[in-house]
Amino acid sequence: MLHSKKGETLSQVRADAKSPRAKPLSPHLQVWRWHVTMAASIATRATGVALYVGVLIVAVGAATLAAGPDAYSVYIGLLGSPLGLLVLFGLTVSIFYHLAAGLRHLVFDSGKGFLPATANATAWAAFAFAAVASVLVFGGYFLFSGH
Amino acid sequence: MDSHSYRTPLGRARGLGSAHTGVGRFIGERATSVALAPLSLWAVYAGLKIAPGGYDGAVAFLQSPLNAVLAVLLIAVSVSHMDMGMRVIIEDYIHKPLSKIVLLLLSTGVSWTFGALGIVSVLKVALTSAGTH
Repeated sequence: MLHSKKGETLSQVRADAKSPRAKPLSPHLQVWRWHVTMAASIATRATGVALYVGVLIVAVGAATLAAGPDAYSVYIGLLGSPLGLLVLFGLTVSIFYHLAAGLRHLVFDSGKGFLPATANATAWAAFAFAAVASVLVFGGYFLFSGH
Repeated sequence: MDSHSYRTPLGRARGLGSAHTGVGRFIGERATSVALAPLSLWAVYAGLKIAPGGYDGAVAFLQSPLNAVLAVLLIAVSVSHMDMGMRVIIEDYIHKPLSKIVLLLLSTGVSWTFGALGIVSVLKVALTSAGTH
């Protein structure tokens, strides 16, 4: 399945696979040298945990909306505070990054995209997409809503 | 791995004791991922629509049936997905049986409690006729 002109990269992959430590490792921070695919993997989990909290925040928001205008205005006041906006921006980055990373992993699940060059490029692309989309959404909102 | 072992690959797998539920878990994780790709984009759109409109704007948004249905789906599928995702993280890093079981129960409980809170709240807003809140 692995066709490439980059023979030395592939033979390295194969040599690694035959070594006694061929078991795939979870990306523990302590044992992995930094590279972009490892950062992408860790970021997928980190943003997943962030979005876990984000769903709780959304659920609380829906509850305050159901409770009435007073509760809802407290909620909106908290989200509109500097700390709240920081949290919202973090959640926006998380949603876009986790979306891109999730699509990347669906491609992995189909058995494609594992060549080091491809995996590196898609990891960078996921980070770039998250950064650009988040800045566009936040910048666009504050430009057009007049806040 | 011992290349001189007489055990077949199937025998080795049986020795590890399959839980017989992995395929369903695998498919569930992917199915919720696929559903959340469009739903998460809608969530960003909904946030941008709701943010400037105040209380009345948010209520009006959720009283559109399409928005209410998508909001309920977003919460339900997200809760299912985050429950499965957090389970994988806990199972990867927490190995003491008691801690692991407590954290798994806690995570699933938190996920579905807040999911129910969110869905019931959306439905209340969506189904309460305007002016009677």
